[in-house]
Order: sequence, then C-alpha cells, then structure tokens
Amino acid sequence: MSILINKDSRVVTQGITGKTGMFHTHHSIEYANGKNCYVAGVTPKKGGQEVEGVPVYDSVAEAKAATNCNVSVIYVPPPFAAAAIDEAVDAEMEVVICITEGIPVKDMIRTRDRMKGSSTILVGPNCPGVITPEEIKIGIMPGYIHKKGRIGVVSRSGTLTYEVVDQLTKLGLGQSTCVGIGGDPVNGLKHLDVVKMFNQDPDTDGVVMCGEIGGTDEEECAAWIADNMNKPVVGFIAGVTAPPGKRMGHAGAIIAGGKGTADEKIAALEAAGVSVTRNPSDMGKLMVEALQK
Amino acid sequence: MKIHEYQGKEILRQYGVAVPRGKACFSVDEAVAAAEEIGGSKWVVKAQIHAGGRGKGGGVKLADSIDEVRSLANEILGMTLVTHQTGPEGKEVKRLLIEEGAPIKDELYVGLVVDRATQRVTVMASSEGGTEIETVAEETPELIHKVSVDPKTGLSDDEAQGLASKIGIPSELVAEGGKLIQALYQAFWDKDASLAEINPLIVTSDGRVVALDAKINFDESAMYRHPELQELRDLDEEDADEIAASEFGLNYISLDGTIGCLVNGAGLAMATMDIIKLYGASPANFLDVGGGATTEQVTEAFKIMLKNSNLKAILVNIFGGIMRCDVIAEGLVNAAREVDLSVPLVVRLEGTNVEQGRQILADSGISVISATTMADAAEKVAAAAAGA
Repeated sequence: MSILINKDSRVVTQGITGKTGMFHTHHSIEYANGKNCYVAGVTPKKGGQEVEGVPVYDSVAEAKAATNCNVSVIYVPPPFAAAAIDEAVDAEMEVVICITEGIPVKDMIRTRDRMKGSSTILVGPNCPGVITPEEIKIGIMPGYIHKKGRIGVVSRSGTLTYEVVDQLTKLGLGQSTCVGIGGDPVNGLKHLDVVKMFNQDPDTDGVVMCGEIGGTDEEECAAWIADNMNKPVVGFIAGVTAPPGKRMGHAGAIIAGGKGTADEKIAALEAAGVSVTRNPSDMGKLMVEALQK
Repeated sequence: MKIHEYQGKEILRQYGVAVPRGKACFSVDEAVAAAEEIGGSKWVVKAQIHAGGRGKGGGVKLADSIDEVRSLANEILGMTLVTHQTGPEGKEVKRLLIEEGAPIKDELYVGLVVDRATQRVTVMASSEGGTEIETVAEETPELIHKVSVDPKTGLSDDEAQGLASKIGIPSELVAEGGKLIQALYQAFWDKDASLAEINPLIVTSDGRVVALDAKINFDESAMYRHPELQELRDLDEEDADEIAASEFGLNYISLDGTIGCLVNGAGLAMATMDIIKLYGASPANFLDVGGGATTEQVTEAFKIMLKNSNLKAILVNIFGGIMRCDVIAEGLVNAAREVDLSVPLVVRLEGTNVEQGRQILADSGISVISATTMADAAEKVAAAAAGA
C-alpha cells in the first residue's frame, strides 16, 4: 500500500512535447513500473504523435477516453499551467500533480476556487512530485535514492526532501510514499492532508515532515497531530535564520507581519508531541529513534 | 516587486480612488515648482523610498509656506533615512513626493492580502489607522474587520459598505468609502498585487474619504503580463548583488554573516543556513542556484559572494538529483579557477555520481575541503572561517 499513487496508476503527462515534460517522462518511464504506468501525453494541437513511446492527445479528456488515465502530471509553462490544472480537473482526474514553478498567485486562486466540489486531489504547484518507491515515480526527483519501505515523507521543498530520503535509505528505512507539496502560497494538498493520509495508510509506520517559514500550515497540522495521530512524526523546519520580509526562494517562504517564523512552527510541533530537530543532518536518525520508542 | 508611494497612488487614481493632489520630484527646484503648481497653503514633503516607517524616521514633514517646502526638500532629498525596515545603514532619499496638505479628521486603515488558508484575497479594515497594523492585530484584534472575497464575483457593494461602516466612516460617507474599498480591490486583482495597504485612509474635515498613503507589492510571477508595472521598478531601491544574481537565474539574498552559501533548492538552502548557525558560524547570504548549477552560474555566484568584505569561507552544498555530481564538480572546478578564490572552500556533494564528483574535485588541484554530510560540512566551514 501507499498513498496517492501506486503501480496501478495510469498517468498522463500534460506538456509532454516540451523539453522538461519529455525529459522527466523519459526518466519516470524508466523507473520501476513506469513503462506500464505512463499511458498518455497531452499537448494541445499536437495530438497524433508519439513521445517516449507514449501516444499524444490534444486534450486530457481525449487522453482519458482513449487510455482511461486517472493521474495527471503537469510540466506546462507558468502562463498556461493553471488552465492545464483546470482541464485535468474537468476531465475528472483523481490526482493532479503540478510541477510547474512560477504560476501567478491569482491564477491559482481562480483554479482552487473552481476546484470546490470536485473530488480531484491537487499536489503542488512548484513541487518535485510524488513517488511510491519501487512502484512509480511521478515528478523530477532522482528515483534511485529511494527504497521501498514504511516511512511517509511530506515536504514543501525538493532537494531538502532528497536529503531526508537519502538519510532514511542509508539508515535502512525505506519509504511508503514521498510527497512534495510545493513552495507556493496557494496550492493543493497541505501538510495536514498528507499526514492524515499517512495516518490511515496501513503500510506507513511513521512520518517525516519538512516544513519551512511562511504561512501557518505546519501549525494547523500540529494541532491535528496532537489529537489524532497514532504514528510517530518527526519534523524539521527550514528557515530559523531567515530574516523577516525576505522571500527565501519559494514564493511562500516569507515571514510577513511577524507570522510564519520557524521558531513558532517548531514550538507548535513540539507541543503536539512531534520530535523536531534543528539539525537537518539528523532527520533520518530522529526517525529511527522515534520508531524505537 | 515593490513600487513607490507616488506610483501606487497613480495606479489607485486610475481606479477612481481619491488621493491627494501631488507630484513626484527629483530636485529641490522641482519640489518648489510642484508646490506652487498644487497651490493652497499647506503641503506635505514625503521621502520616496520603498521601506516603511518613513514618518518616524524623519522623512515625512509638513510645510506651511513655499520657503518651508524648499528648506524641507533640501533637508530630505539626499538624506540617509533610517527606519525599522531599512536596516541600520539606512537608505538614501533620491525622490520626493510633494502633496497638498489634507485636513485630517479621522485616520483609518485598509489592507489587502492573499490569505493562504482561505486561498482568497482578504480585505482587512480597521478604525485604528496611522499605527502599525501588526500592533493593532496583537493588542485589539476585535478592531480589525475582514472580508474574504469570492474571486468569481469580487467585492460586493454590501461587503464594501459594511466594512466602511464598521471602521467608523460616517453614514453619509459610507457609500463613497465603500466605492473606494471596491476600487482598491479591483486595482489589487487586475494588477496581480500581493499586498496593498492604505495606512492611513482618512476622513477629512470637509467630508471626503482619501487614501493618504499607498503601499502596493506585486506578485513577481505575474509581472510578465504587466509591462506597465515593470516600468515602475526602481533599481536604486534593490540590492545590486541581488539584481546581478537574478540575471543569471540565481536567487540571492545578502545577510550579515561570514559564510557564503551556494546551494541548490530553496528549502535545502535555508536548511544549510540553519545548520551553519547551529555550528556556531553565521551565513553571509542565501543563494539558491536552482536545479541546474552550470559553470556560468557557479562562477557568477562565487563572484557575487567574494565581493562581500565580511566573507571568511564558502560552503557549497549540492544534492545532485537529475543534475549529476560529476557535472557539478566540473563546474565548480572551472569556476574556482576563473575567480581565484581568496577564502577556504568547503564542498559537500551528495546524490547521483557523487564518487566521480568527489574524485574530480580531488584531482583538480584546487584547494577544496571535502565534506560528506551537512553536519560535517557545517563543522568544517565554521572551523575554516574561525581559522581564516
């Protein structure tokens, strides 16, 4: 078991004829069961061809009719990416994973509003994607650092996720699913949503959660964990040294109006019983210790 | 992206928001001419810098005569204005806004932000204008009224007038105040703003509702569709190194420590800064090279970091995913040769082809302190900086 995606997922790549879409579809097909999972690509007006051995369609609806795809991954450039999400939602994809970085916030406000009442789950945008090790990889993460196992990982950042996964794998702890929720202020799944899924997943024994400055998602997640979580959670919050008012790379990573500091988040998580380390080199070790308790 | 107050007011004027008559000036003579053109008997001389807290810092003053406009313009133009947002080094004032004085009866507050929790634009309004809204939020949160705006319909008449009424705009002016708040929302939405604050919004003794200040920030990701806003960018207000870095696809922010950091990915870059601090040193910058980290980017990153006279050591922390460590190592070696490194360099590589990458660094002949984990790297760079 796993969350969100598994070896039976049927994936459509939106933006498959672009350089980025083509490159990452290639690497994802090569990973584990990818050859069976990647069933379609979409680029408007470019239907009829094949890319990486995958048939290309003009729209997600056409791709679905032809291949019964149920998960979409989006590599469409920022000005068109929100519309690509809308299209995938309208075609009733179960999960939409948007990798694209730099989508205007207004576009995402509109898209999230349109999604009200829809059962589609959005991951991202501006995220590395989702991987269920040794089954399926959807996104830009290096597949080989992962190992099948029973730890769930959720993070706002790409390379920081690779760092924690690498630590876990080297300590012999495999992962059930790793979810990059992305660094944008208006997005799909939050830490809380993913932690809930891991709590219900019978094949996940513990969760590593990497947060960062900005917003209050980690605090909301902490409040839920305190009352509901029945598995160990360990955490790291990036940005203890970040100055207020400066956007640290991610559009969402900014301390504004005195809110969203790393110290507040760490305090909220610790109060909820989450083991938090201030040393990003110790995330894996902390998970090992938490499982032994 | 930030703009000046006078530019923000010009945008608001286009949307029908009442603002004082005024003119931006770059010299004392222009300031005097502007005051004469505006007429009346009271003027406000306002320093135009992007940082807030200008009034407290002495950058906003009232003049009762043209002579006083001249002397105040003379005093403020060219002064180094220090506010809580400029840092101790302050900011040189190069532009002024000369405005007609307004008869203030009441000072209110209106602000708009993107609320991450509701994923909508929230309009906040308060009767407590003229002070920091953070202070009001902390001490008297009940005095802040909020409306979460439906993106399909925009801010309705009822919602806008409700806010106007709650913050104490007199009943005969509620319709006018409501219109102003709606116009503000429309400007915010159309122009892809990320933050807008009118502090204070005033009720005048002659019965008008006027935006006396205007602070507007815009969403960088949407600037491609607003060439009219890009023209308002004032490079004098931005950090020269940050601008240079952005031209090479580097995300750079200068800080006040001694360890230069070069990292791929924003989250890992923040985590690297944090672990440096944990090991007793402090970061000189945040620098995210993104997923690529080409020779050109790394060279440029080194050059920018080396300009900093406080720099004592550099830490490179790269998790090579799709980008292989051997390619990154070659880029690092080429860059190090090109810039003639004057401080110790600690490199921590991890990920794809890490062994080849480390070998390339070892064989290069450049002086590199190699590290394995982030903790190892932080410890070594702190020691190198202490010894330097």
